[in-house]
Order: sequence, then C-alpha cells, then structure tokens
Amino acid sequence: MEIFSHALGALSPLNLGLALLGVASGIIIGALPGLSATMAVAVLVPVTFGMAPESALIMLGAIYTGAIYGGSYSAILVNTPGTPSAIATTFDGFPMAKRGDGDLAVTLSTLASVVGGLVGVLALLTLAPLLAQVALSFGPVEYFWLAIFGLTLISALSEGSTLKGFMGAGFGLLLSTIGVAVVGGDIRYTFGSQVLLGGIEIVSALIGLYCIPVLIDLVATPESHLKVDEEQRGIRLREGLKHAWIGKLNLLRSASIGTGVAILPGAGGSIASLVSYSEARRAAKDSSSFGKGNPQGVLATEAANNATVGGGFIPTLVLGIPGTPPDAVILGALLVQGFRTGPELFTTNANITYTFVAGLFIATCLLLPLGLLIGRYAFKSIISVPKALLVPTIAFMTVIGTYAIRNSVSDVIIMLTLGVMGWLLNRYGFKPSPIVLGLILGPIAEQGFVQGFLMGRASGSYAVMFFGGPISLTIIALSILSVFYPLIKARRARRRNPNGAGDPHQEVL
Amino acid sequence: MRLSISIGLATGLGLSLASALTTVALADDFPSKNVQYVIPFGPGGESDISARLQQKYFEEITGEQLIVQYMPGGGGAVGWSQLSDMPADGHTIMGSNLPHIILKPMGQDVGFKTEELNNFFYFHYSPDAILVRNDSPHETLDDLIQAAEEAPGAVTFSGSGTYSANDVANTRFQQLADVTTTYIPFKGTGAAVTALLGGQVQAEWGYTTVAANHQDKVRMLAVASEERHPMFPDVPTFQELGYDMVGGAYRGMAVPEGTPEDVQQQLSDIFQQINQNPQFREEMQDLGFVLMDVPLEEVDAFMAERMDVYEASARELGLIE
Repeated sequence: MEIFSHALGALSPLNLGLALLGVASGIIIGALPGLSATMAVAVLVPVTFGMAPESALIMLGAIYTGAIYGGSYSAILVNTPGTPSAIATTFDGFPMAKRGDGDLAVTLSTLASVVGGLVGVLALLTLAPLLAQVALSFGPVEYFWLAIFGLTLISALSEGSTLKGFMGAGFGLLLSTIGVAVVGGDIRYTFGSQVLLGGIEIVSALIGLYCIPVLIDLVATPESHLKVDEEQRGIRLREGLKHAWIGKLNLLRSASIGTGVAILPGAGGSIASLVSYSEARRAAKDSSSFGKGNPQGVLATEAANNATVGGGFIPTLVLGIPGTPPDAVILGALLVQGFRTGPELFTTNANITYTFVAGLFIATCLLLPLGLLIGRYAFKSIISVPKALLVPTIAFMTVIGTYAIRNSVSDVIIMLTLGVMGWLLNRYGFKPSPIVLGLILGPIAEQGFVQGFLMGRASGSYAVMFFGGPISLTIIALSILSVFYPLIKARRARRRNPNGAGDPHQEVL
Repeated sequence: MRLSISIGLATGLGLSLASALTTVALADDFPSKNVQYVIPFGPGGESDISARLQQKYFEEITGEQLIVQYMPGGGGAVGWSQLSDMPADGHTIMGSNLPHIILKPMGQDVGFKTEELNNFFYFHYSPDAILVRNDSPHETLDDLIQAAEEAPGAVTFSGSGTYSANDVANTRFQQLADVTTTYIPFKGTGAAVTALLGGQVQAEWGYTTVAANHQDKVRMLAVASEERHPMFPDVPTFQELGYDMVGGAYRGMAVPEGTPEDVQQQLSDIFQQINQNPQFREEMQDLGFVLMDVPLEEVDAFMAERMDVYEASARELGLIE
C-alpha cells in the first residue's frame, strides 16, 4: 500500500515536529477572534517555500486543522465564534461554560474534532474522485435552494420565537446586500461612505454581534464571567469519553454531514455545523435541553466543522476548485510548488497527495493531546484572570482581530456598531445567530437566484430551471419539512400529552 | 514632511547611482526593510498566485521579504480606495489590475479614481479565452457562433464578475461576431469554471490560466493573445479567426501617490529583473500567464492605450454615455 510508505515518510522526526508546531500555533491563532484559519495559512505560505515540499504540506495541513479546532475555545469560553464554523458551538458550549462545565465542553470539542477530522480525511483518501462529482452537480439554482434551506433551519432552532428568528434573519439578509454587488456591480446602501463599500465582513460581524454584548454584560453585572467550582477536576476526559460514547451516532452523523457539505465549494463550515446541530437536536429525545448546555450539541458542531477540513480538500485537489478560503491559499501554494490538480493526483503526483493526506491525518491525531493540554490552559486562564483584566484584554483582542481581517479600520467601526446593535436587540429577544446566518446566506441566495434567473431566461423556462432538477426538489422538500417540523412536533406532543406539559418557550438561537 | 522628502530624494539619488553599478548595492539601500504587497482580492486567484511566484525571487534580488497580504472586497475597490492612505515610501505596494481600475470608477464613486493609482510596472496578462467542456458539441469557435446565431441569447457563458475583463470580452465578442449571448457573472474564476464543469453553462469566458489548470477537462476554442500560447499550440487566436480581439486581465503593481519617483524606478527595476528570471518565466508560462514588460517609463502610454479600448467597451456596456 503506497499510502503507508508515504505516511511513514511523513513520520520523520522533523516532519512530526513541524506538525506539532503547526497544530499548536493553529490552535492559538484559531482561538483568537478575528485571526482566522485563512490568515494563519496565508502567513505561513512564504515560510514553506524554503522547505521540502512534503514538510511544507504537512505544516500547512497542520496549522489549518489546528485553527479550525481552536475556534471552539472562544466560542465556548467567551461566546464568540473564533471562525464562522464555530457559530453553532456557542449554542451549547457557552451555557456549559457559564454553569461551570467549560472544561468538559473543551474536552468534548477536542474529542469531537478528532473524530470529525478523521472521518473527513478518510473520505478524502477513499472517495475523493467520486465525491468531487457531487460538487459539480450543484449549480446556481441548487445553491439558491441550499441557502433557503439554511434559512429555514432558523425556524427549527428557534421554537417559540420563530418570528423573531426570521426577523433577525431578514435583518441579516439586508445587511448582506451592502456594498458592491457581485452580480450586476451596483453599489448598494453605502450612503456614500467608503467604510461600507466592501460590505460587512462576516468575521467582524461575528465578533461584534457575539462578543461585544458579552463584554457589555460583564461590565454591567457584578457576576463573574464563568461559574467556577472549587475543586479542580482536571480535563474530565473520562466524563467526556462517556458523553462521546453515548453520542457515537451523533458524532458519525455530524461528521458525515460536515464532509458532505464541505464538498460544495459555496457552502462552508458554518452551514455544515448548523445542519448537523439541528439534526442532532431533532434526533435527540431530550431536544428541549439543547441550547441550554447539552454536551451533544457541542459534539455535533465540532465533529462537523473539523470534518470540513478533509471534505473541503476533495474538490480542491480533484477539481482544482477550492472548497473553503483556506483551501484556496493552500491550492495557491501547491500550484507554486509545481503541483497540478486532476487525474494525475493519484498517479504522477501521488507522493505529494498521499503525503499531504498523511499529514492531515497526523495533525488530526495530534489534536487530541495538544488540544486537551492547550484547552486546559485556555480554560484556566479565562477563569483565573480577574474580571477587571479580562474585559479590557478581550476588548483589545476584538479590535486587533477585526482590524487584522483586512487591515482596515472600517471593519473595526462596523464591528463596534453591530456590537452595540446586537446588545440592544438581544435585550428584546433577538439572538445574533439568525442575523449572522442571514448575512452568510444572503449572498449565496442572491447570486444563485440571479444566475439561475439569467440561465432560465436563456433556456426559455424559469420553472424548469428552478423546479426541474432532482437536487433542487429534494432541497425544497427538506426546507418545507424544516419549516413545519416544529409545528408537527408540537401537535404530536399535544396529542400525546394533552395537559401541555413542557416548555413551549424554549429558545436556542 | 518636507525634511523627509528631501532625505528621501537624497537617498534616492544615492540609490540610483549605486544601482547603476551593481545589483548588490541596490539590495543594500532600497528596500531597507520588508515590502508589504497588498492584493486587493482574496487568496487563490490569479493575482495571488502570480504574487506568490514573484515573492520567491524578490527575496533573492533584494534580500528583503515581499509580504503578501489580502484586502478583499468590492471587487478590489476596498483595497484601491485605501491605497492613498498608505505609507508612500515604496515599502507598501498594491496589486493593480486592468480593466478593473479603469472600469470600476467609471460613472460611479467607488472611493478611488484611476489616476490616483501610481502604477509602476505591469508584468503579465492572462489572455481572454473561450472555454468549453471536453465533451461539448462545439468543436470550433464557428460552431459556437452558429449556435448563437440560431438561437439568440440561448448560448450561456459563465465569467467572473460584472464590468470585469470577462464581461468586457463578452461584450466585444458579441459586437465583432454579431451575435447575442447570455453572460452570467460569478464570484471569481473558480465559481465560473465550476459552472462550466458542472454543465450549468455551455461555455465560459476565462483565461489561458483556467485552461492550464483544468487541461484534462476543458478545451479552448480561441484565445485573445497576439500569438498562440506556447502551452496550447493548437488553439487559434481570435485574430487568426478574423476577430480583432487582443486582451485579457493585466496585472501590475501600484504605489500610493507621493512615492518618490526614484523609489518607483527602483521598484520597477526590481520587478523587471524578476520578469527576466528564466525560472520565473517558465513557472508563469506553465500556469498559462503571458509575461510582458511595462516599466515605469512606459506605464503612462500603456494606460492611455488601454483607456481608449475600455472606454469603448464601457460605452457598449452602458456604463457611460
């Protein structure tokens, strides 16, 4: 088996050291809000020019894997997704941390990331050429429906406050239209301001909408940031493994969803983790405890988003179409190294490909010891730093992180404005997630619709274009199911239990 | 301020004398620290990849690093509108793309004007090309034109962006071949080629670089360069087929206004030297780019010439009256 000889090659002491270094620095970069996986990889690219190609690839894969995982720390400990992929991790991760289970949540996220990462890499290794064809069967119309499906998840996730969820999403959709339109090139809603010309960066919206309200609340209330138990419980690995074992189906399902969604170049980790979260919730018997610190919620989202690492490389390596933004940077580095995508991937270029896959595999395995270790320190430092120091430190990091996205003060202004708006809206029951979802899905839906419309005009039938394909029809069916599922479930529950027990006002988003 | 300018001039004068002697001396004086190379697009596109290739050789020549950064947004407008606020000492340069920097500010305010970008070197272009899938029934450009004549508007082309090189190419092609097609803008070349490979469109307005990346899956019908591309000796140029189309997406570098003339000259010299490196030339050509040298002293004439071409296209597109 050729793959094993390449895996062994990857296991040289130097390469292992590089992988260790890559994963560790990736985790730290990913954990800092604003410093994204894309940036981590991009900074590293010139360093790798001086290295042997296989060492370079191993390090790039390692830093990417680490950064996606690291995003869960800030999601769990300060309610701020370090990357868009970690949005859904805040739903249960932060409530867990609030009640004193932050250490357990970090351990769970580590275990789930390792499982998810391995599933993604396995898919990349065994099914890549086959799965890459799936990426091509998604055209503009399919992406339009996929975005609509993503928006319907809001209804599933915000039972009891569905209307507010949809209002938030509508606001997010409006925000997404700001700036220069991709299709059409018009400048919209900038009110003559250059600040808004480039639109609203999703990461700066994430930081503003999630982190600033937490900071304001920290200052406005006397309570400590996270509840701390007196006794030291270590990393609670045994407890974590128990939850993972209970949720083994959940883990596998989420990892498969993550891999599947990542194959679609336009979709990304945020959709993958949201879909797997809502599926985990739907499948659970105690679905009402989701959003209040259910460990299974953390397992679902973190398994899904680390599965996107391997999954995203499937279209990148097979078709030369980057699955995610960090994939685009790595593809660029590969091209500069003289690598060509396509059929020679598993023939003439097999050594590069297999070394890279082996590197991803090693990096994913390294997540376990490194994640548990760094995670413990992250948790300890957040709970032991006094509030008077914690608030300014986080505030400083949000500003630096936002500025670093594209070296722009405009993004900092947008972040702070959205932060204050987010805090106010939160007081009236509007959660940040629907707004961010609208912001992420808006451009996908808009571009898909306009492109599909143009294609429909050229083909002579809009109806066939939008409702003709089997994939479109499947996604439409899923969307309808997703919108009405809470109603169906509520009716079923009422029939079973006519006294109307249970909390009808559960809110997740 | 005046002091720093005069110091800049003095060092600049010293520099140009020294650089006449050896390139080693050049490395000693300018650049005196790492040079920030801002790409006004996201990573992974042609601008990024060609910058990454320059990066290697820049360090060999100057001993300083060329640090690639991304400032995406608004199809480049976010970066270009901020260039004038950046340090004008030559240690910050920005990728500059045609036709973007000419078409974007036409008829609307995008925060910058074409003449505010001080281009000091244009180093390559990726020629426009029409691509179809390997299994497409359209074997030649004539086949495609015939299909467009039979059913006006039914032939769909994917391409990157609105008012972009691809959009301009499609407009010009419709005019020259006297056909009507449907141009469907996508976000970037990657999304445009995905639509072609997935069969959502019949053809794509792309570049030789796209064909080079996807050689096994697509074929080019015609390419808008003056001569056939060495990688694709069998693909005719538009001119050979009787359509006067030469052009594509041109890439160069610009500095903020107020950057001393001699520093600009230094930068122009460095990048010209990179362009002459045989290894660099080979790498660029293998990716499908066509190298060209437009050094500082020729930039104005080059810009004026392209301006005429794009103004005509802009009128066609309805961008200006």
